[in-house]
Amino acid sequence: MTGARLRAEGVTLAYEQRTVIRDLDVAVPDGSFTVVVGPNACGKSTLLRGLARMIKPAAGRVLLDDRPISSYGPKEVARRLALLPQSPTAPDGITALDLVARGRYPHQSLLKQWSVTDEEAVRDAMAATGVIELAERDVGQLSGGQRQRVWIAMVLAQQTPLLLLDEPTTFLDIAFQLDVLDLCADLHAGGERTLVAVLHDLNQACRYATHLVAMREGRIVAQGAPGEIVDADLVRTVFGITCEVVPDPQTGTPMIVPAGRETRRHRREGARAEDPVGSGALGDT
Amino acid sequence: MSRTVSTTLPTGPVVRTARVSLRVHPRTVTGVVVLLVVAVVLGAVALTLGDYQLSLGQVVGALTGTGSRAQQYVVLGLRLPRVAVALVVGAALGVAGAVFQSLARNNLASPDLLGFTTGAATGALVSIVVVGGGPAGTTIGAIVGTLVTALAVQALLGGAVGGYRLVLVGIGVNAVLAALNNFLILRTDLSTAVAAQSWLVGTLNGRSWPEVVAVAIALVVLVPVAIAGSRRLDLLGMGDDMARGLGVTVERTRVVTLLVGVALIGVATAAVGPIAFVALAAPQLARRVTGTTGPGMAAAGLMGAVLLLAGDVLGQRLAAPTQFPAGTMTAAIGGLYLVWLLAREWRAGR
Repeated sequence: MTGARLRAEGVTLAYEQRTVIRDLDVAVPDGSFTVVVGPNACGKSTLLRGLARMIKPAAGRVLLDDRPISSYGPKEVARRLALLPQSPTAPDGITALDLVARGRYPHQSLLKQWSVTDEEAVRDAMAATGVIELAERDVGQLSGGQRQRVWIAMVLAQQTPLLLLDEPTTFLDIAFQLDVLDLCADLHAGGERTLVAVLHDLNQACRYATHLVAMREGRIVAQGAPGEIVDADLVRTVFGITCEVVPDPQTGTPMIVPAGRETRRHRREGARAEDPVGSGALGDT
Repeated sequence: MSRTVSTTLPTGPVVRTARVSLRVHPRTVTGVVVLLVVAVVLGAVALTLGDYQLSLGQVVGALTGTGSRAQQYVVLGLRLPRVAVALVVGAALGVAGAVFQSLARNNLASPDLLGFTTGAATGALVSIVVVGGGPAGTTIGAIVGTLVTALAVQALLGGAVGGYRLVLVGIGVNAVLAALNNFLILRTDLSTAVAAQSWLVGTLNGRSWPEVVAVAIALVVLVPVAIAGSRRLDLLGMGDDMARGLGVTVERTRVVTLLVGVALIGVATAAVGPIAFVALAAPQLARRVTGTTGPGMAAAGLMGAVLLLAGDVLGQRLAAPTQFPAGTMTAAIGGLYLVWLLAREWRAGR
């Protein structure tokens, strides 16, 4: 087992009354592209938000570089760990360049707002995401895929070794989804950066993840390399569907092929009595 | 995909010294300079206007101490303090408006529409009617009134919300507080009631150096805090998680800037009474001038100063010798502006 600069020890994460995650341990392997999957409302986003100190654990602790994350100053954390939330709001009329430049905030002070390092970091981030040509465009006028690239450039400009992305592909069409995932793979390829992303599409998760974390009802059901842990049993336990797992004809990674409608209906009626699927919530937590 | 691009970024001019590095936004600089010039010119014009007409040369003479005694009295004793009150109160309202609008992430979240200004008046009236008033008492009363109203409105709204709900809550709060204000006036004897009523109209008439000094001190203390907080407020506009992710202390920023806005509204209202729409319009007009997205405290303050001074000059000269209070003028102009703003939001489908 390699090291883990970011890990949670026995964390309980709750919103006011509702406990979403109870007593959970997880370690994000350094240099991995970790993908968290699970049904709606299973606590994927909550876990990510807990790891990025957006929610204070009710119990347990999150460790960043072997120190409790709560012991760091806010900007200190922001220089080690960046989070792209699910639906950030771009201010009206802001240009792509100005938005990406905001990623430099944790490195700046009142008097030092645009050092040479800042400019280089922003240029590198925009080059890596291919948005330099969009620098002067209004973010509100960009296509969904372009906008997501600009947001990723913003967190990249933070120049953190850890990058957390909450559902970076949601609301994008398939071409843009692959585009964003390719970008993530590129960002991960150098080896210095650890990526954690919440994804909905299991097949995409299996293709791109080096480390897969499967969650259900606030617990981790399985984790490891997709090729080692994903089989029909796991998919049934996590998502409650019957499927076949075959090698992806393109990449050889596990590919989930859900069973036909009739087969699923029979199985589901049998399964529901003993193992109800608790995914009736409206939003994803 | 990732390619090596050696293009330079279109950052605009950058200032870098050993200790300071800043991106300069040329249009903001131009905008601020233009607003400053407009304020000075408007102030000079205001000094010449009145029942006792003076030329610009006579005004300069009076200011530099070479004019006649009568001219010096009119300029230094009557008109200059009034111009100064308009400038400092307008600036306080403009900055407060910018603070509240970016806190609520909503252009309609101005202290007058949300009832903060009426709340400040309630606080001041309680102090005048119940405790007996005095400048310090009125100021403290106004600040407390603003704070209580702000907290009540926040509880009623429960977070950042869309335009119409904000306006509706504001109408309700305004109505309740206006009724309370009337009740307070009715409870008191005639002379206090008349004094309170004339204050409630929002006028610069009879205001002088004590008011100028009080508001100026508040500006000197609070505006730097607002300017220092404006980058954090700007980042808060992208959502709490995003801001926290960038290392912004979200809760502290909210509390500090809210208190700054409340204190500015309280001090300004205590000085001249409730002035409508300057806080609503100044930040938005300022953003139009500077072409920026952020709160832009300096520009908003200058715009507020210009708006209130213009309102007062208009009120004095529009139907002279009949004088309209500045508050009435800004309410009349601002009302039209609000109608236009709402119509535009409506068409944008918000």
